[in-house]
Amino acid sequence: MSGHSTYIPKSGFEKWLDARLPIIRLGYDAMVDYPTPRNLNYWWTFGGILTVLLLTQIVTGVVLAMHYTAHVDHAFASVERIMRDVNYGWMIRYIHSNGASMFFIATYIHMFRGLYYGSYKAPREVIWLLGCILFFLLIATAFLGYVLPWGQMSFHGAAVITNLIGAVPVVGGSILTWLQGGFAIDNPTLSRFFALHYLMPFMIAGVVGLHIWALHVPGNNNPVGVLIPQDLQRRDTVPFHPYYTVKDGFAIIVFLIMFSVFVFFNPNALGHADNYIPANPLVTPAHIVPEWYLLPFYAMLRAVPDKFGGVIVMFASIAVIFALPWLDTSKVRSNRYRPVAKQFFWLFVVTTLVLGYCGGQLPDQPVIPGVETFTLFDGQLNSYLWLTRLFTLMYFAYFLVVLPLLGLKETPLPVPPTISAPVLSHAGGDGGDGGAYGGSTHGGVVKPGAGYAGRPAVAEPERRG
Amino acid sequence: MRKLITAVAAAVACLTAAPALAAGGAEHPKDVKYSFEGPFGRFDQAQLQRGFKVYQEVCASCHSTNLVAYRHLAMRNAPFWDENYPNPNESPYARTIAAAAQIPDIDSETGDAILRPGTVADRIPNPYPNEAAARGANGGALPPDLSVITKARHGGADYIYSLLIGYPNPPRGLTVPAGQYYNKYYAGDLSSYWAPAGVDPEEAHESVPKGGFLAMPPPLREGQVTFDDGTPSTVNNMARDVGAYLQWVTEPKLIERKQTGLAVIIYLTLFAGLVYASYRRIWRNVAH
Repeated sequence: MSGHSTYIPKSGFEKWLDARLPIIRLGYDAMVDYPTPRNLNYWWTFGGILTVLLLTQIVTGVVLAMHYTAHVDHAFASVERIMRDVNYGWMIRYIHSNGASMFFIATYIHMFRGLYYGSYKAPREVIWLLGCILFFLLIATAFLGYVLPWGQMSFHGAAVITNLIGAVPVVGGSILTWLQGGFAIDNPTLSRFFALHYLMPFMIAGVVGLHIWALHVPGNNNPVGVLIPQDLQRRDTVPFHPYYTVKDGFAIIVFLIMFSVFVFFNPNALGHADNYIPANPLVTPAHIVPEWYLLPFYAMLRAVPDKFGGVIVMFASIAVIFALPWLDTSKVRSNRYRPVAKQFFWLFVVTTLVLGYCGGQLPDQPVIPGVETFTLFDGQLNSYLWLTRLFTLMYFAYFLVVLPLLGLKETPLPVPPTISAPVLSHAGGDGGDGGAYGGSTHGGVVKPGAGYAGRPAVAEPERRG
Repeated sequence: MRKLITAVAAAVACLTAAPALAAGGAEHPKDVKYSFEGPFGRFDQAQLQRGFKVYQEVCASCHSTNLVAYRHLAMRNAPFWDENYPNPNESPYARTIAAAAQIPDIDSETGDAILRPGTVADRIPNPYPNEAAARGANGGALPPDLSVITKARHGGADYIYSLLIGYPNPPRGLTVPAGQYYNKYYAGDLSSYWAPAGVDPEEAHESVPKGGFLAMPPPLREGQVTFDDGTPSTVNNMARDVGAYLQWVTEPKLIERKQTGLAVIIYLTLFAGLVYASYRRIWRNVAH
């Protein structure tokens, strides 16, 4: 999409179509000849994995929708009927329900990769923003989908989350009634959740199109994090096909093996047993928890004593991710060359994991059993409440304090001028010892337009066929 | 890095420490070595048939399995599967079992409510006409439907087995309310019923027994069901076999799922090897 198209229509039909609707050109430029940095590691395969997962969710979801009944009296039994009486229904349904968890695993890795390698920095801010929108849509879709089997957790989880809207001052109550389609979660809520759950994956697919479009303008980031000058494209990139179709393909299959272990051997490990009890508004489960992938946000929601305050903190925790490109002040993209930022990155990963763990615990429970502490404001110091608060602060501090200040204070390691330099010195290495590339400008600047083909190719990649 | 290790260690410590403090709670279910466990697991058909008999003669007087039809009983991997009858609707076993049941229906001529013999298409009838009747007959408690019971309880079939054998004599100091039964595998909080003699009430909460009260009396007694294959009908055997049967009821496609899974994983592993070899070949001259 960026740069000049290299597609040459060969057959008469291709020439005819290319003059009218250059769709083969679009596909060719985007998926075949798209110049891709040659040094991408396996953390870069999760975009492809997510594409496969999105298609899987849509295909299995459409089939499930053919058999599902969105009615409070029939929803639970219709899901179970799919698993018993529909041909391969058990497989379709377990792929879909575990697929949601797989989607989040891949999304979180994809986001952490972007965070580590600075993929959100100029000129890629729009890719990041679109990714944040995708994350938000994904959360909404997963939440809506979890309600559909109409088990105990579906019902009471939906009640907890929709009631958050009710915390908005003045208009909250009216909005809540409008969203629920009544004064409580009931049949109107279920049928609209089903309609929206069917709609949103197609919105996701649309934004994925924009996400990839925006990616193909500046091109991929890479582990070294430097931009590839137009004149070095020939040396530093390889065509997407076959180099990355085969590498992504391998990663996708390995991911599918992990996915299959869940689907076929432990399909309910990631869910909650209570959701196999049909929804009963009169019986509240002892411990309402969302699915694992929403636990960090749920923890932050509960950490704030005021309900509306909790809602604001929870939404802020996602909103702050949108602002990331303007919060990180460092000019260096990759954390490979930012030794301090790298440590804070890993601390942030631990922070999110601890928050996720806290989200699954009762707030009043002591973190270290048997240790008597004092009551601080509204809870024991030795409780998940205060642990969650500490880590909520750390979560926000990473974005609002660490990243803005660190970019100004930190002395990064020398950044290699091009991605080829570390690649050629030790293939596949970490490049952390980048001292040899002390210079910040590379010598061989070639005047623009000197041409792709005219470059003296260093380790010219083997071209297709 | 040290910071990271410390944090991970702390997280692991929290994880392992957390279960110990669960006040009250229930005993962890006993582990039964069922034949359907593990990636190569299969149902033991004789055990499923024994379990079905226990279900029919004991459990079914209070508990429904609304999602199970008689035809399901003769599907592949089901208690009455017979390879001579690949179509479960034609299975004489399913037909005989169904015909013995009386199914509430409407007479198509007169519109009167009638009872008719079951067919393979019928679902196993609910022992009670409605929820109020079920509660009325059980002291206000509703016997849960057992169609997906092993998925709906932590511990699955092990939990079913443990619950059925888990009625010890209540410990001294535990006041069991009328119409309730003490079971050490049933989750509950017994602290308000716990007043051991000679212990300061302030400290009694430290020794609250695990378990809870449920409205189901101990359902199994020695020799209650006569197994056709000569298996001794001890409480232990009956509880184990009905646990297996309810696992089948919950997941009739369990074995099909595991068998498909093995094939899928073998296929994907070979495919991954092939694609990895292609990857190595395509990238062999490219520094990266």
